[in-house]
Amino acid sequence: MDKTVTNRRTSARDKALNNVVCIDNVRFFWDAAHEFVVHIKNFEVKRGEKLLLVGPSGSGKSTLLSLLTGIVLPRSGIVSVLNEDLGGLSNRDRDRFRAEHFGIIFQMFNLLPYGSVVDNVILPLNFAKERKARVLAGLARGGTEEDEARRLLSRLGLSQDIQKRKSTAALSVGQQQRVAAARALIGRPEIIVADEPTSALDRNRQSIFLELLFEEVGALGSTLIMVSHDESLGTSFDRVLHLNDVMAAPAAADIGVREGGQA
Amino acid sequence: MIIARLALQSLKNRWLTALLTVLAIGLSVMLFLGVEKIRNGARASFADTISGTDLIMGARSGSVQLMLYSVFRIGNATNNMSWSSFQKIAKRPDVAWIVPLSLGDSHRGFRVLGTTRDYFKYVRFRQKQNLEFMSGKPFDDIFDAVLGADVAAALGYKLDDPLIVAHGLGRVSFSKHKDKPFRVAGILAKTGTPIDRTVHVSLKAIEAIHIDWQTGARRRGGTMSTDQVRALDLQPKSITAALIGLKSKLSVFRVQRAINEFKAEPLTATLPGVALQELWQLIGQAETALKVVSAMVILTALLGMVTMILTTLNERRREMAILRSVGAGPGTILGMMLSEAAILTGLGVVLGMVALYLALGLARGFIDAQFGIYLNLSPPDMHELMTLGGIVIGGILAGLLPAIRAYRMSLVDGMLVRN
Repeated sequence: MDKTVTNRRTSARDKALNNVVCIDNVRFFWDAAHEFVVHIKNFEVKRGEKLLLVGPSGSGKSTLLSLLTGIVLPRSGIVSVLNEDLGGLSNRDRDRFRAEHFGIIFQMFNLLPYGSVVDNVILPLNFAKERKARVLAGLARGGTEEDEARRLLSRLGLSQDIQKRKSTAALSVGQQQRVAAARALIGRPEIIVADEPTSALDRNRQSIFLELLFEEVGALGSTLIMVSHDESLGTSFDRVLHLNDVMAAPAAADIGVREGGQA
Repeated sequence: MIIARLALQSLKNRWLTALLTVLAIGLSVMLFLGVEKIRNGARASFADTISGTDLIMGARSGSVQLMLYSVFRIGNATNNMSWSSFQKIAKRPDVAWIVPLSLGDSHRGFRVLGTTRDYFKYVRFRQKQNLEFMSGKPFDDIFDAVLGADVAAALGYKLDDPLIVAHGLGRVSFSKHKDKPFRVAGILAKTGTPIDRTVHVSLKAIEAIHIDWQTGARRRGGTMSTDQVRALDLQPKSITAALIGLKSKLSVFRVQRAINEFKAEPLTATLPGVALQELWQLIGQAETALKVVSAMVILTALLGMVTMILTTLNERRREMAILRSVGAGPGTILGMMLSEAAILTGLGVVLGMVALYLALGLARGFIDAQFGIYLNLSPPDMHELMTLGGIVIGGILAGLLPAIRAYRMSLVDGMLVRN
């Protein structure tokens, strides 16, 4: 019994060398909503890969993203990101790890309503030293992180006028998503996680946004993990996975164990 | 740093509610410190009323009562002391000066005080300031009177105006000493003490106006003219109290004991400072009540702040989720909420102080004139600074409630708000 666990750990570490993300035989259930049990046998993402996860809402994608970014820890199994077992990190270190290595884009309401456009973009640099150092190293002498934010915003097609906005409240959804993308990209984090980033946009804007995102992710050499309910987006991705295939349906045994445990 | 900046920006985004909260805290701080300032000012003014006097002497009574009627002209003496006892005490070698006080008459609601010219020489107020004459000079003649500043101002007297003293202390008196009119010989400068509301005459004058009176009623068989009165030997038989200055402060307890154990009649001597302390103890409870009330007002303001922060929490879940997603720990969220409380309370305290000093600066002249309370515009002392610090700490502690709630919410929500 002990031996098999050790073996599995070693193999997980081997895979992690090539893989940015490696989730191995993970079980998870939320405390409060205990009618839902997630079981992920194996989920791997290669370095530089652009992966689309397709599934309707309620198929466990928030759980998967929470596990992936270290917001929650599995009840059993290993989540390893960039060769780091997230379960082995302290809460504080996991928060810092997320700040350093992940850029995250939500479906909507990505921005702090207070704070300027540029402030919103440089927000993660306050929590991620390495990303900040990378930004500063990449700049010409005398450049600031704000300059880098403006460069990214320009690359994502936001005008000077919008970049100077003191508040993000008046931005259109499409503009907000671009600001969010700039925030995710700044400081070149290894993994960009996008949770339905285009579902609030119309078709035309969707493809423009994705094109820009792909371009920038490609330029940075980052890995992109995107979740969407829309399978038709899949053509431009390296790989398309259905969430149902990633997550095994909860086995009767699991529920039994959990219910036994909870009762 | 980033925490405080985010908190500040977030508050700026909700500036109206934030402003109202700061106002509420500011007003409560102003009230609390204002009560404290006025209390201290009142105490200081009371203490300032008598300065440079070592002992107050009178017939046997409580020391607070003795001080109240002799110095503050509040209430009446139960008994007088004899002139002979006064003279015996005055002859003691350790007595530097002694000023007799004879009370019991009034002039249109203001008390009339019989005393000697030494009164104007030795009686001091507010850090040993001497009495000063705005116009005129001390009384010379039996029928001369020296008015306090308020008396002259309220009744519109000028130098050399005549005035008639009434028997007893009522504002409207029916038994007036009409036959013995006085002349205004001098008007004192404002002191901010009961002296301002006193009519000063000589001891002999007090005797003179009572010469035709016996046990409160006019003597039968005609009255004497003022010239007849002048010719008489008007040695007083009794006085109400006396203020004593000693040659050496060291002898104060010896003299006090000598007076308290005086054989010829029962007398009381008290140190003004000691009597004041007793008085503070007496009115301490009312002060405490006032303090408790104003502390409650601060508490209410802080509760208002907590309510304000709590009600915004739900609509700010999204904001917290965003912060979590960029790597802020729940601790950062906690810190942000706490700094919000700290900023609000801190601003409230600063606002309260500014408002208080503005109000004091504007109103102190009026308060001094109206109530004789001199308010010092000194910078906040150690005690006040500690109180202010305590309020800020209290605000932060109160802020713990919404902060911990936000902390819990951000732990449960993570970066995905599930509704």
